[in-house]
Amino acid sequence: MNLAINGLVQRFTDPDGRRPPATVLDGLNLTTGDIQALVLVGPSGGGKSTLLRILAGLDVSTSGTVAFDGVPLPRDEKALQGYRRTVATVFQAYNLFPHLTAMQNLLLPLVHVHGLTEPEALERVREPLERFGLTAHAYKRPAELSGGQKQRIAILRALVVQPSRLFLDEPTSALDPEMTGEVLEMIGELKALGTQFVLVTHEMGFARKVADEIAFIVDGSVGAHAPAADFLDRCTDPRIRLFLDRTLHA
Amino acid sequence: MPRWLAYTLVLALLAAGGAWAFASLDMNWNWGLVWEYRAAFVRGWWMTVALSLASLLTSSLFGIIAAVMLRSRFTFAQAVARVYVELIRGTPLLVQLLIGWYVIAAALRVGSDQRYLVGVLVLSLFSGAYMAEIFRGGLDAIPRTQLDSARAIGLTPWQTLRLVVLPQAVRIVLPAVAGQLVSLVKDSSLLSVISIAEFTFNARNVNSATYSTLESYLPLAVGYLALTLPLSALSRWLERRFRYEAA
Ligand SMILES: Nc1ncnc2c1ncn2[C@@H]1O[C@H](COP(=O)(O)OP(=O)(O)O)[C@@H](O)[C@H]1O
Ligand SMILES: [Mg+2]
Repeated sequence: MNLAINGLVQRFTDPDGRRPPATVLDGLNLTTGDIQALVLVGPSGGGKSTLLRILAGLDVSTSGTVAFDGVPLPRDEKALQGYRRTVATVFQAYNLFPHLTAMQNLLLPLVHVHGLTEPEALERVREPLERFGLTAHAYKRPAELSGGQKQRIAILRALVVQPSRLFLDEPTSALDPEMTGEVLEMIGELKALGTQFVLVTHEMGFARKVADEIAFIVDGSVGAHAPAADFLDRCTDPRIRLFLDRTLHA
Repeated sequence: MPRWLAYTLVLALLAAGGAWAFASLDMNWNWGLVWEYRAAFVRGWWMTVALSLASLLTSSLFGIIAAVMLRSRFTFAQAVARVYVELIRGTPLLVQLLIGWYVIAAALRVGSDQRYLVGVLVLSLFSGAYMAEIFRGGLDAIPRTQLDSARAIGLTPWQTLRLVVLPQAVRIVLPAVAGQLVSLVKDSSLLSVISIAEFTFNARNVNSATYSTLESYLPLAVGYLALTLPLSALSRWLERRFRYEAA
């Protein structure tokens, strides 16, 4: 994917008018090469989630443009709904619907959004469930799954609709360390499978492994942007070095 | 102490107390005369069942509309719903029925053959104000993150309501709705003040005809319990049945 972001502004106005409007993205620019995986890093509150929500078609920016492979993102809700059906998003937590089993969670978008029959949908999820070692958990409710299993089912649900791109917002930050590994491993396999994705993460070691390019988002704009190895090893910006040292030794 | 023993003991104590109270009254029971009127009891009981069910349906509708308005972004809709809920919950049903029938229905020239309709309507408005808070709680219990998830997988707002929000909200509110039906059954007895021939109204007529107060009203208590006890049990069962942790 070639991602081109130009002058992206996101300003939130308080509906009650008690607080002044907050400019969360402040004219952000970013142009990537033709890459498979983009990783966004940066300090908390810098605007990574806000940016990812716009890329995923969940929010509309105040102004500015975003284009994937030269195709600009629409701005009206109807067209955005269509766009969301071609991509997939995984949040930090609470992705699954608690009243449905893991299997029903997987089938829901296939049947109700993508028009598969139930047998077709079952056939579609059978092999991926097996490959990621989740078959034994398919008929459990989210409450009966561990945090890691829930996130893996959520990633699987995103995957089986065969999206053109995946957006992942800190998919491991709500997990215990021992479960982080299994989720990262799964994302690593996505990379091997050729899936295109944009990932927000604080796992620098993992970013080095999967990222083609890394963008450092701070104070609502891009503080630095480079191929993964350059960014991690040769970056001299003291702000970023400080951030990297902190995250690597956390 | 095992549960059955506890219940048996409580009921036995209650029966003993009742027996003692009635014995000290030195009653001359007159069940024979009241038995002649058994058809009136049965008719009234069924009328109470019908009125309660009709009011449950209508008040669910009022409750859902008011709950959605309470959560609406539009201040005016919010205000309308809030005033409705507070006015209704802050005044006695008796007053609402009298105003509804003798003032509003009279002003609208509603015929006296329509009193059942008006009765159900007022009772539904009354119960709907309580239902509104029940449904609002049910809707509030669905976290925003799930609405985000639903949007992210491409569901339309209508699909989100049908596949995500309602199935969960209904489970959450069902026990409370069953509890509200218990209240409706008892509250419907007030419809007698506008001469609706439900259970209480008929029992009162039997009393005036036979001058056997307790013989007229004791079956009334039993008849209401026959409705409310199973409903309470249902409410408790639903609560256990649908209790699961949010994930
Ligand atoms: N809907 C919103 N309304 C107001 N402020 C918001 C909203 N969403 C995010 N923000 C603010 O925007 C800033 C950036 O948030 P976010 O994009 O979540 O950062 P990050 O994901 O990098 O931690 C934060 O200060 C946050 O409080
Ligand atoms: Mg974030």
